[in-house]
Amino acid sequence: MADSITLRVTRYQPEVDDEPRAQDFDVPLRENWVVLDGLNYIKDRLDGTLSYRWSCRMGICGSCGMMVDGEPALTCATFLVDHAPGPIRVEPLANFPVVRDLVVDIGDFLEKLPRVSPWIVRDDDIPVDEGESLQTPEELADYKQYSMCINCMLCYSACPVYGLDPDFIGPAAIALAQRYNLDSRDDGAAKRLDVLIHPDGVWGCTFVGECTTACPKDVDPAGAIQRYKLTAAMETIKSYVSPGGGP
Amino acid sequence: MTTAHDVVLVGGGGAGLRAAIAIAEARPELDVAVVSKVYPMRSHTVSAEGGAAGVIGADDSLDEHIYDTISGSDWLADQDAVEMFVEEAPRELIRLEHWGCPWSREPDGRVAVRPFGGMKKQRTWFAADKTGFHMLHTLFQTSLKYGTIHRYDEWFVTKLVVDDGVIQGVVAIELSTGRIETMTAKAVILATGGCGRVFPFTTNAAIKTGDGMSLAYRAGAPLKDMEFVQYHPTGLPFTGILITEAARAEGGWLLNKDGYRYLQDYDLGKPEPTPVLRSMELGPRDRLSQAFVHEVEEGRAIDTPYGPAVHLDLRHLGAKVIDAKIPFVRELCLKYQNVDPAAELVQVRPVVHYMMGGVHTDIHGATPVKGLYAAGEVACVSINGANRLGSNSLPELLVFGARAGRAAAEYAAGASGPTRAGLRQADDEHRRIWRELRGREPNGNERIADLREQMQHTMEGGAGIYRTGDSLTKAVDTLHEFQGRRDQARIEDHSHTFNTELLTFLELSAMLDVAETIVYSALRREESRGAHQRTDYSARDNDRFLAHSLAHRASDGSCQIRYLPVTITRWPVGERVYGR
Repeated sequence: MADSITLRVTRYQPEVDDEPRAQDFDVPLRENWVVLDGLNYIKDRLDGTLSYRWSCRMGICGSCGMMVDGEPALTCATFLVDHAPGPIRVEPLANFPVVRDLVVDIGDFLEKLPRVSPWIVRDDDIPVDEGESLQTPEELADYKQYSMCINCMLCYSACPVYGLDPDFIGPAAIALAQRYNLDSRDDGAAKRLDVLIHPDGVWGCTFVGECTTACPKDVDPAGAIQRYKLTAAMETIKSYVSPGGGP
Repeated sequence: MTTAHDVVLVGGGGAGLRAAIAIAEARPELDVAVVSKVYPMRSHTVSAEGGAAGVIGADDSLDEHIYDTISGSDWLADQDAVEMFVEEAPRELIRLEHWGCPWSREPDGRVAVRPFGGMKKQRTWFAADKTGFHMLHTLFQTSLKYGTIHRYDEWFVTKLVVDDGVIQGVVAIELSTGRIETMTAKAVILATGGCGRVFPFTTNAAIKTGDGMSLAYRAGAPLKDMEFVQYHPTGLPFTGILITEAARAEGGWLLNKDGYRYLQDYDLGKPEPTPVLRSMELGPRDRLSQAFVHEVEEGRAIDTPYGPAVHLDLRHLGAKVIDAKIPFVRELCLKYQNVDPAAELVQVRPVVHYMMGGVHTDIHGATPVKGLYAAGEVACVSINGANRLGSNSLPELLVFGARAGRAAAEYAAGASGPTRAGLRQADDEHRRIWRELRGREPNGNERIADLREQMQHTMEGGAGIYRTGDSLTKAVDTLHEFQGRRDQARIEDHSHTFNTELLTFLELSAMLDVAETIVYSALRREESRGAHQRTDYSARDNDRFLAHSLAHRASDGSCQIRYLPVTITRWPVGERVYGR
């Protein structure tokens, strides 16, 4: 095994650069080093001006998503040796405006998320004194997978629809809406319906499935979207056939 | 630029978000700002794995949880605070359940509980082994409901503005633009978490640099019990990734290089095939980490490229139990260590995990600075004393986050706006940050990463699991020298756009403050208690040190230690007994 590997890192500083450029750095190639270790080596030893986000280094905070050799990935979970001999291209997440170097602006997701009311909506309020609501392991299993989203944005980066139409509400937001819709404690499905059946909601998805491939936490947003399309179709039919319903 | 809020929260993790919701519910007319250096759902609460303790079982009682916590703390916890904490914890966990937290369940739908270290009964609520992740996302998503909570995501607070002992607000810099802003506030709540990054080997995320502790210390609020640093017994070598205590609660064993369950030699009970509460692998974290050091000294540890380790054995649990109860453990071992715990032994070693100490507060989260509150790991109430029990920190951030939120809201509703002297101070701070951003003339020549690494190794060498007067004195001197070298730090990045080199420098400054309070407090405590073990004072000394240490920053910048007696209510000081 070679003892070093080249990281070809995107640099962009809006005050001085007209457009992003690539810069090569040689970093030690160690068996247990991930791409993020390589970036930290650059920042600590070679060039302190490199900017990127990271925090937990254990695949749970969702900060360090980047494009590695063209694919969206958590850099803390991507081993250098798996991309040897290099050079390894490290670029900012696709489909997002670049703030600087490897940092992208995810404000769009943060603005969209509240639109799907990602919290428990109840018709009644349960006093704390009444204790916990019962929920069987089977009921928990109905939504658990969709609750595992770490908001890392890899799915938005992989999604060709979002790439073309930034108004599309996107895979993670829809999966999180489903996470609450399918929770036995929640009464908010009707409230979320309008946002989800909007043209920028589930119908925007052409079922490419890239989001599910990219997801590092097996959330399966594509499955959530397909499942909701069925629900949405049923609701639409119901609104036509039920008395007093209809558009 | 100046903006005005009623309450400013510094930190958007579990404690900060719980406080924000408490304020929004108690006083919807108040304007709340959550200022966080990362997006709130990136906060380090996300990494907590094992669970959250709260008495719920029919066979359990509040008194037993209180006793476990007090004996676990080696009698340094304040008993009035512990009583209140244990009483409120189950209600907070239920409230989180109502907000949607996906707690693991019994077949009949009730919330499930699991055993945990140092706990005599099963009372630890869990969401598989991603409890902190689920709690944080539940709190974050729930907080989106409230229109009165304004978020400042990726803003870093550089100073608390205090005039005449009263909080006036904060100065903060927006990372994406470099904009510096004064945020005036009638009350400020610190919820920035811990400072594990002052040590070289830690479970703590990169962001855990003690920012809030340093802010408070420099604003005149003392730091309490800073000598008590928790080592978690089971971290993965190299990465420091935490393998949750739940792995042992579900039946995992700790083995030395001879395959022997060595904890039986350290007065922690006899080895049984299945877990016994408050015994062996379910002993408290301080005692387990100390036993590890003795095994290394006796030559019974395993040598790895990253130092000595012991083995965590989960093989006998089988893949099915592991996948059902501790799936994240398997995922982390496979993805980051290339080891399958269902089939292989996992190398582990003690790793810095948690600060028992923090900003001195009362049971309402109030600090001695009027209008300044703190909650969560950044604070020290103290319910953890000399050693925190696993699964007490998650309910702590809920209970005290809510308490600090309510107290700050009440205070803010009756407080007045900023003083002219306060605003002038804020202007001075703007100029200081501007200067750092523009760059010094001439620039320094100290590499930030070098200073940070040297500080970390100084801390490990001087104030690790075992300390002596000599090692601590040396650490004090070295850190003093680092304070000078900090002013020689080289900053080459002068961009206003997401300048993480400036951020790294500000974080290093905070860590140097915190490191100093740790070694000073440890040097002055001439006894051994809980996580603070002095080889030159190996016994507990209740005559002199049944007291909290308070580290104050003197006007000349030096660290001064005073003491405050521990509050004892119903549990007289006794012996810590485990496994018998």
